[in-house]
Amino acid sequence: MIASTRKGWPRNMRHARTRAALAAGLVALAASACAPGSSAPPAASSAQPSASAVRTDAAALGNVTLTIWDQEVRGGQNAQMKQLNAAFEAKYPNIKLKRVSRSFDDLNTTLRLALSSNEPPDVVQANNGRPQMGAFVKAGHLRPLDAYADAYGWKKRYPRSVLQYVSYSADGKVFGKGNLYGMPQVGEVVGILYNAAKLTKLGLQPPKTWEEFQTALAKAKAAGEVPMQLGNLDKWPGIHVFGTVQGRHVPADQITTLAFGRKGASWTTPENTKAAEQIVDWVDKGYFNKGFNGQGYDPAWQAFGKGEGVFLIGGTWLITDLEKSMGKNLGFILPPGTTQAAAPVATGGTGLPFAITAKSPNPDAAAAYIDFIANADAMKVLTTNGLLPIADTDQQSVKAGSQQDMFTAFGTVTKQDGLVPYLDYATPTFADTLGAAVQDLLAKKSTPQEFLATLEKDYQSFAESNE
Amino acid sequence: MIGRPPGEPRRVAYLFLLPAFLVYAAFLLYPIGRAVHLSLYDWDGLSLGRWVGLANYAAIVADERLRAAFGHALVLMAFYALAPLAIGLTLAAILNHAKVRGLGFFRTVVFLPQVVAMVVVAVAWRRVYAPDGTLNDLLGAVGLDSLTRGWLGDYTFALPAVGVVGTWFETGLVTVLLLAGMSRIPTELYEAARLDGAGALREFFAVTLPSVRGEIAVALTLTVIAALRTFDLVYITTRGGPGDSTSVPSYEVYHRAFGLGQVGSAAAIGVTLTVAIFAISFVINRFADRGVS
Repeated sequence: MIASTRKGWPRNMRHARTRAALAAGLVALAASACAPGSSAPPAASSAQPSASAVRTDAAALGNVTLTIWDQEVRGGQNAQMKQLNAAFEAKYPNIKLKRVSRSFDDLNTTLRLALSSNEPPDVVQANNGRPQMGAFVKAGHLRPLDAYADAYGWKKRYPRSVLQYVSYSADGKVFGKGNLYGMPQVGEVVGILYNAAKLTKLGLQPPKTWEEFQTALAKAKAAGEVPMQLGNLDKWPGIHVFGTVQGRHVPADQITTLAFGRKGASWTTPENTKAAEQIVDWVDKGYFNKGFNGQGYDPAWQAFGKGEGVFLIGGTWLITDLEKSMGKNLGFILPPGTTQAAAPVATGGTGLPFAITAKSPNPDAAAAYIDFIANADAMKVLTTNGLLPIADTDQQSVKAGSQQDMFTAFGTVTKQDGLVPYLDYATPTFADTLGAAVQDLLAKKSTPQEFLATLEKDYQSFAESNE
Repeated sequence: MIGRPPGEPRRVAYLFLLPAFLVYAAFLLYPIGRAVHLSLYDWDGLSLGRWVGLANYAAIVADERLRAAFGHALVLMAFYALAPLAIGLTLAAILNHAKVRGLGFFRTVVFLPQVVAMVVVAVAWRRVYAPDGTLNDLLGAVGLDSLTRGWLGDYTFALPAVGVVGTWFETGLVTVLLLAGMSRIPTELYEAARLDGAGALREFFAVTLPSVRGEIAVALTLTVIAALRTFDLVYITTRGGPGDSTSVPSYEVYHRAFGLGQVGSAAAIGVTLTVAIFAISFVINRFADRGVS
């Protein structure tokens, strides 16, 4: 007999045996390994120390090493971080800083694992939205900072519309209210960038009302210019355009409720419909560059910088780069209201906030560090490095031009608490839902009603399951 | 002792296999088992997972968007596998038949895309497809202005546009594989065919094609797997847009696991994709085997 039929197992029987063995293995695996993420949750930090229990004298904390994960890797961001870290170590020789710097994407993808490990970093930069900071709070990985905020006076220095972006309820369900979980350094606001030379050539002033803005668009179109640059290939830039239009039609408190994914508002309202219709109307009138859904974000703002296009709806983060190519021709305004006297409403937020991990053995030192990189002196350092500090904005002096425009705009909108959150904060999947829906709307693949119904479905099902 | 066949008794044979098996188990079997395990939970990657059984798999069938993603992968298979195969066969037959001078040079040229990282390829093609990009410039130059558009932002053309990049990328690999196979065909076969009065076309179908059956199977296996696991190309060029018209399973795996924190769902898609790849490679090789024996 030959070895292959040894012991006479028929072919199909041998197959059955292998299959049974495989199945048994899988069952054993499933049974032996417990549910993922079952390592004992970190000691619930619900028992918050009171402000008096907090030690703010960092020099008296003994020898401490703080590990800090940040994503301030570029240009002025990196420069200010280095400068502030060096100053902190010089002032408190007992505290050593171990800085780990990664790009935004790398930080986003590695932070989850790092936080659930046994020895997470002490201070981390966590993105404000639900998939990141919200999920971390829910899992008990971040420490509430309210006691520190009281001790250091953060709540007095930071505008309310800014603090809401770093606030969650202790169970991570409510965004925008509750405990404070992080402190940001820089601010952002989405407004309207314009090419001053082109406006002058068209015989126009920077628009002061929403009506004037639309007239300017029409005039630019008639003169053969590209009225507005948009590069929506990356899916998200269109969200800012829609958010800006929405701010003109929908009351700010409704936008805030929608954007924080709380119960009590609706997308399918006449106001939202009007906003969606207006943006479609802009497409029909040819106010955007041709093929905007197939144009990348970077090529679009770079084209604007080269003088193609009169307006660009974009955030303050573009100003430093655009100023290099446009110089004095670059201007920045908040989206104008229906009347000149209307209270400002603009989409905006914070740079990534710095948070303290629940397992950090040195929360007092970590808080001292966060205060150091976000206090009034630090805000001056940010300004000299070309960044937009989130607090004390009106106390900074910058040269006239687009940078001053940016400081004025941010100061105005935060002082009157007119910042509304990014719409994609609403639910863990809303960035996707909204980005794709805006592409559909602008390509006229869906009507304003269908567009809003898509958003309503995601928003309501989340708001309900989250209660 | 002497008469015993190698590897007997079995116990000894298994002992020899053990070290390799341990490495294989640690780096392949365990991760796969773990992925299957995770796919049975609703887990956000942070807090305690919740057992949901096969719900994640049911969602793949029920979720219109996920079904569409698998459909897109099928379309990409045509661009990644079938088109390169057709072009590669033609190209290789011509290069082989004509005994081109400087064959090595041409082989290098057609293989070149394979050497470039997919991310670089994707960035370059994104510029080609841009509204003010090379493709539209070309169309404009020959008077076809009416056809110009933002290709990657167009609902009809975005997926084919991504597919064409795949065709461009994989054709070289297929051609070189087939050329290698064709160069091993004994010239006597061609001489015999010619004596029987076969023309170039007849020669191709009667001699060349059956002889490279094995190479075709290898090429198809490689390119089909490449099509199914497309990630970088979609990630860089369209992020699944416009709308959801170019989303693919691998992109969904990444997006769900790292973007949305739906680890269980991501694992379920990954496992399904793995099973699909296994099944398709199995079918392809079954066909190739039958041809050889």
